[in-house]
Amino acid sequence: MSSPVYLSSSPHIASGASTEQIMRQVIFALLPACAVAVYLFGLPALATLLICTLGCVAFEVACQKLMKRPLTIQDGSAALTGILLAMNLPPSSPWWMSLFGAFVAIVIAKQVYGGLGCNPFNPALVARVVLLISFPVQMTSWTRPAPLGSAIDAVTTATPLGRAKEAVMLHGALPADLQAGFLGYFLGDSGGSLGEVSAFALLLGAGYLLRKKVITWHVPVAYLGTVVLLSGAFWLVDPGRYPDPVFHLLTGGLMLGAFFMATDMVTTPVTSRGMLVFGAGCGLLTVLIRLFGGYPEGVSFAILLMNAATPLIDRYLKPKKFGLVTEKG
Amino acid sequence: MRMKTFSGGLHPPDSKEFTATRAIEDCPLPEELVVPLSQHIGAPATACVQAGDRVRKGQVIGEAGGFVSVPVHAPTSGEVVAVEPRPHPSGRALPAVVIRADGEDAWDEPMPLLDPAAATVDELRGRIRDAGIVGMGGATFPTHVKLSPPPEKPIDTLILNGVECEPYLTADHRLMLEESERILDGIAILQKILGVERTFLGIEANKPDAIERMASLGADRSIEVVPLEVKYPQGAEKQLISAIAGREVPSGGLPMDVGVVVQNVGTCAAIADAVLRGRPLIERIATVAGAAVKQPKNLRIRIGMSLRHLVEACGGTLAEPAKIIMGGPMMGMAQLSLDVPATRGTSGLLLFTAEQVLKRPEGPCIRCARCVQACPARILPTSIAAYARLEMMDEAEALGALDCIECGCCSYSCPAALPLVQSIRHAKAAITARRRKG
Repeated sequence: MSSPVYLSSSPHIASGASTEQIMRQVIFALLPACAVAVYLFGLPALATLLICTLGCVAFEVACQKLMKRPLTIQDGSAALTGILLAMNLPPSSPWWMSLFGAFVAIVIAKQVYGGLGCNPFNPALVARVVLLISFPVQMTSWTRPAPLGSAIDAVTTATPLGRAKEAVMLHGALPADLQAGFLGYFLGDSGGSLGEVSAFALLLGAGYLLRKKVITWHVPVAYLGTVVLLSGAFWLVDPGRYPDPVFHLLTGGLMLGAFFMATDMVTTPVTSRGMLVFGAGCGLLTVLIRLFGGYPEGVSFAILLMNAATPLIDRYLKPKKFGLVTEKG
Repeated sequence: MRMKTFSGGLHPPDSKEFTATRAIEDCPLPEELVVPLSQHIGAPATACVQAGDRVRKGQVIGEAGGFVSVPVHAPTSGEVVAVEPRPHPSGRALPAVVIRADGEDAWDEPMPLLDPAAATVDELRGRIRDAGIVGMGGATFPTHVKLSPPPEKPIDTLILNGVECEPYLTADHRLMLEESERILDGIAILQKILGVERTFLGIEANKPDAIERMASLGADRSIEVVPLEVKYPQGAEKQLISAIAGREVPSGGLPMDVGVVVQNVGTCAAIADAVLRGRPLIERIATVAGAAVKQPKNLRIRIGMSLRHLVEACGGTLAEPAKIIMGGPMMGMAQLSLDVPATRGTSGLLLFTAEQVLKRPEGPCIRCARCVQACPARILPTSIAAYARLEMMDEAEALGALDCIECGCCSYSCPAALPLVQSIRHAKAAITARRRKG
């Protein structure tokens, strides 16, 4: 035979799925939320998105050059981290803060551990929490949504969760008008981070990810289900002090967290049962922090804490291997 | 209605359209056949002819080398020109009997015909062994051994495997359509030997014509045809039992531990020939396909024909084959050249073009869990493979490396192109080698 034949061990075909493709699909899924953010918050939001994304890619290149590792920005993971980071920041974030966030996400939370696949914590969330603790003022100055074309300049406002927390802390009761604007919360008419204001846009993306089988239902259902059950129990006990479950679902970073951050493959368990436990843990911690913690929002902390538990979950929740279950037909 | 299936698995494009409607053709006889003495799991046969001997079709040329062994027969009449090591599909040179065909293709005296109703179970089993019958799904385990369960393992269920879940392969499909009577005769013999209460025939739902035909013929012979979800590896023995009988073969155990024996439909046809016609296993149906093959076909081939000869019978190649696979693309073995013989386990021959050959760079595992979801053995391929690559075999074993059925679903689904099943095979080999050492 003139040309060589390839020898390799089976299988000789593959699904064609690639890491780049997965990252690309998650980025696609985030586009509706990005579009809503830019529509509602205008150029500052666009600037934050661009600085975070380009910043992450640039830091990844710089790191890999310095450490003499092969360049892997084409896998799309750095760009995705950048978009997710932007989604977690206030629309009016100063440029230096976005850039610092990108540095923390890529250099501290990802490359130091060995790059893609090796980081124990979700890089975008690590960056958000570092920024939240380091720059509390900038991280909690929210802009009121002002759809493109409307004449209003940026006006500061509070997030619904922030208002709820403040009212409960000061007066021991929720503000009377808090539950009025559910449709607004659903579509995006409230203050908040770029990616947390429109549950609708996030759900569109989530549907795409589920359809493309990039994520499975386990983590989001366990997460959101636990939040609904737990916050519902508190609400039934004292509706004057604890917001109802729908409010919890539609405000803050819950949708973003449940579908895009808690499903981050690298930092979450690999088995279905593990994912259920992980999601339930996220839900439990989120509600506890929201209701009793010092911060109005608990999604980031909840997911990071559960990231820390991932190796433990994977260790103890292995799938029951074939042949250990006895069924008689 | 949800069709029966097992947990895990996946559905690769089945690529069966090239040959599914092509009737079985007889492959013409070549001038020379190389018949390996090692064509089954177990002890190889020992040659009982030498260079210069004249042999007739069906004559024993190699005798069984033990209980887990079967004899080997001459696939045609002619002259033995050599008994020597020759290139074997396993990649090594193994003892083989080389026969120059005389073109007459004359049968030896057939073995005395047996009446399944009158013959004893031992006679029937003995005939199956003497006819050299092995599992023709590809595993090539001697069939008489599978049909000799110890008395403490009563068998109540016979499952026939007509699944053919490997992409490209359509040999069993065509056999069920064109030679269903042979299969049914074989099934009746198996029913008699095992004395089973129930008999099932599992066929993937992508062969509706075969399901219909076998169901209509099987109804009055107490054979239940079970349409199965189209999913790989539906034809793996333990997965098939789980799908049809709802029983899980215990880890490390055999189908007989749950009262089941599984036989491939091709094996049934061979059993019928052996008992009712006195003919040994010297031929089988194989699919020749792949983008480099000019006219993909289902061929009736003789054991010992070279792969090159099979390709020529299909009009030759369209392009220089970049990969030669004996068997299916998921579990078949890549071959170094076309100059190796077909054996009893050759269910297919695939010639891939350069474009069909996988050349993907490996990336890091992103823990996407696709391998975990796809694994029909429900173990953690990514973790086991990672330990195997670090030579940490105790850890790999603790995670169930030995339960791997090597179906390749993990490697197939891995977006980082990690050679997962390949690493697990390495672990299995290392673990069993260490056990043998004690």
